[in-house]
Amino acid sequence: MSRVVVDVVLKPEISDPQGQAVLGALGRLGHDSVRSVRQGKHFVLEVDGTPDEAELKQIAETLLANPVIEDVELHLPKD
Amino acid sequence: MRIGVITFPGSLDDVDAARAVRLAGGEPVALWHGDHDLKDVDAVVLPGGFSYGDYLRAGAIAARSPLMQDVVAAAHGGLPVLGICNGFQVLCEAGLLPGALTRNSHLHFRNRDQLLRVERADTAWTGDYADGQEILIPVKNGEGRYVAADADLDRLEGENRVVFRYVGGNPNGSSRDIAGVTSENGRVVGLMPHPEHAVEDLTGPSTDGLGFFTSVLKAVVNA
Repeated sequence: MSRVVVDVVLKPEISDPQGQAVLGALGRLGHDSVRSVRQGKHFVLEVDGTPDEAELKQIAETLLANPVIEDVELHLPKD
Repeated sequence: MRIGVITFPGSLDDVDAARAVRLAGGEPVALWHGDHDLKDVDAVVLPGGFSYGDYLRAGAIAARSPLMQDVVAAAHGGLPVLGICNGFQVLCEAGLLPGALTRNSHLHFRNRDQLLRVERADTAWTGDYADGQEILIPVKNGEGRYVAADADLDRLEGENRVVFRYVGGNPNGSSRDIAGVTSENGRVVGLMPHPEHAVEDLTGPSTDGLGFFTSVLKAVVNA
């Protein structure tokens, strides 16, 4: 069994009102050094055997992320 | 004329959609997302609601349901398909319509009666309207902000595929006030506002929504 992590975040050109709301809260809490917040999703997949990179890429790009609005990063286990 | 209405787990407005079909003079046919059976319907409505609790992304899991594979194939063959609210989200996630629906820019759920301008009166679902006509129907969503890359929006506008625009205020921050779009062949239409909630004076702000359902009956006859 191996552990594969997929991170999904809105593309830079798509505005992220949730991230902006978090940024606003940080400002109210006095954390003035934070310039920007982008909120995303973090998936952890347990996969039988050695992960098939092509298959996982397909999973990440066709279901876990919507390529119209989101960028996706696949993290395979290091040997 | 048999108009299918798909129920997904979490659909809310399937009964209202079926009622609108009946009031327009059609025969509503209940379809179940988990079947592979379109029951020989002449058109399909994907209703509003929160299929799969909006898990992953609104409409994302419903778009991969068994029946949606049949809907996608039939739509490519010219079957008229209307997606309302969550149904619009499902159609975008299924690749039948371009763009995506994201969290409202103001982060609030917005529920109000909304003016729309009909930009295209020649789709399968808008033939009973006039170009430029303004209609008043309810809008109610939390993830209704229509977005796409600027180049894609330019292409959509160039191909005249914006069917409805918000008038008198944009309820969710949608790009270019877009409330609804259509497929290249004008048979698939999706919009965030709810025509099925504006079909009777007793319960709606108008009866302006009825035209969607009368339009498709004629579109099917003339096809």
